[in-house]
Amino acid sequence: MANVKTNTEAQRLTFWERIYLPEIARGMGLTFKQMLQPTFTRQYPEERWEPEGSYRGRPVLVLEDGKERCVACGLCSRVCPALAIEVRAAETTDDKERYPEKFEINMLRCIYCGFCEEVCPEEAIVMSKDYELVFGSQEEGILGKEKLLVPVAQLRDRLEFLRQWK
Amino acid sequence: MDPIQLLIICAQAGMLVNLMLIAAAYMVLAERKVAAWIQGRVGPNRVGPWGLFQSFADVFKLYLKEDVVPAAADYKFHALAPIISIAVAITIYAVIPWSGPLVTIDGHSYGLAMAPQMNVAILIILAMTSVGVYGVALAGWSSNNKYSLMGGLRSAAQMISYELSMGLAVIGVVLISGSLNLVEIINSQIANGWNIMYQPVAFLIFFVTSLAETNRAPFDLPEAEPELVGGYHTEYTGMKFGLLYLAEYASMLAAGAIMATLFLGGWDMIPFVDEAALLGLAPDSIPMVVLGHITFVSKALLMVFVFIWIRWSLPRFRYDQLMNLGWKVLLPLALANIAVTGICLLLFG
Repeated sequence: MANVKTNTEAQRLTFWERIYLPEIARGMGLTFKQMLQPTFTRQYPEERWEPEGSYRGRPVLVLEDGKERCVACGLCSRVCPALAIEVRAAETTDDKERYPEKFEINMLRCIYCGFCEEVCPEEAIVMSKDYELVFGSQEEGILGKEKLLVPVAQLRDRLEFLRQWK
Repeated sequence: MDPIQLLIICAQAGMLVNLMLIAAAYMVLAERKVAAWIQGRVGPNRVGPWGLFQSFADVFKLYLKEDVVPAAADYKFHALAPIISIAVAITIYAVIPWSGPLVTIDGHSYGLAMAPQMNVAILIILAMTSVGVYGVALAGWSSNNKYSLMGGLRSAAQMISYELSMGLAVIGVVLISGSLNLVEIINSQIANGWNIMYQPVAFLIFFVTSLAETNRAPFDLPEAEPELVGGYHTEYTGMKFGLLYLAEYASMLAAGAIMATLFLGGWDMIPFVDEAALLGLAPDSIPMVVLGHITFVSKALLMVFVFIWIRWSLPRFRYDQLMNLGWKVLLPLALANIAVTGICLLLFG
């Protein structure tokens, strides 16, 4: 047992530490000081947090000049690791020739990885700043085109971020 | 006893009980607020301005909750335990001298205190804290839950161990004041200075033991939420749980008031100063009594604040540490304190 190092309380602590009271007073002084410090709480529903452009919230479709940018190539649907996106293409007389007849994102499956946005050749699907995602039922969690289309003006931050960093 | 006196006393008792239960409810709010501030949070702030009506919302919620009793529980004792707990706390309130006599009707004087002149008040207090063990132990045993039983057992062992040192700490004060009557103890402090100056060790022992008696951190082993789920009140719901909870806070306020009475000079505002002469009022005039009452309650609440403050500063004791502290440190210290006090009184008193 000669080479065993003992580390009992009696060896570790000084006399004043062992009678506890000065140390307790020190600890209580610390908590009292903490009591006077400012709090970090955000009063959430009244004080909302505005994310930066780098934030990956709910994926949305960009609406430009009253039409979606999407050409229904299906890359997002193909790349989605959670299989959350469903696209059905149709033809149009516009220059871009194709548009998504049906575009559904299942928000119950989406993992906010941002692959869809990364792979999109048209910058047509981007991650928005929307983080308040509450659904009353499972059906409500499946978002169709009418809920996904967001005017391009509201997505400026994200588009600029993508141009700079993507 | 004539009927008018009986009526007045009943009204007085009703008022005191209600005031104290509301105070206990508000102490729950104070606890949450202080905890929040220490942890850098805001605390309850949604119900009313600064969350002031939170206590009423909590009690209202508890009333509406379903009263669940485990199938194998002993129903009678299960229902009795919270009643014992709250009754003990309220009984202690009866002997605490909250204020001096305010009005005199038919030759009897009445104040906020029910029986301040009782000549064995300290014994009543010590006896009642012993009965308080039954509330917690019965709650633990009748729930038919192992965690609850552990909590109840711990509580019984802890309260009985610490009661001893508590009683011995009080003896030092009784030796100096020469009376068991709380009003006379206060009067002797007004004349000779507060007992905390002569009995700092007794005050310390009394403070630590009352933390243990009220099951407050760092001695909250009976509830020890990480180990025992919730201890003796695991199987309680609704207002039965509410009663156990309020009883804890009510006995905290009682402990604070007893400390104010025994050690902090009771109604006395500044030691060694005759406040009545300073303000030019008669010592028993109503403004002086009201001022004294405010002083007394402030002292009691200050002690409650220290209780709360300690809870959010110190970690919980281990069971063996608790027993070591109680039997090997506090008890010899209390005995030595009595011996030294006795010798000093014999030599200088």
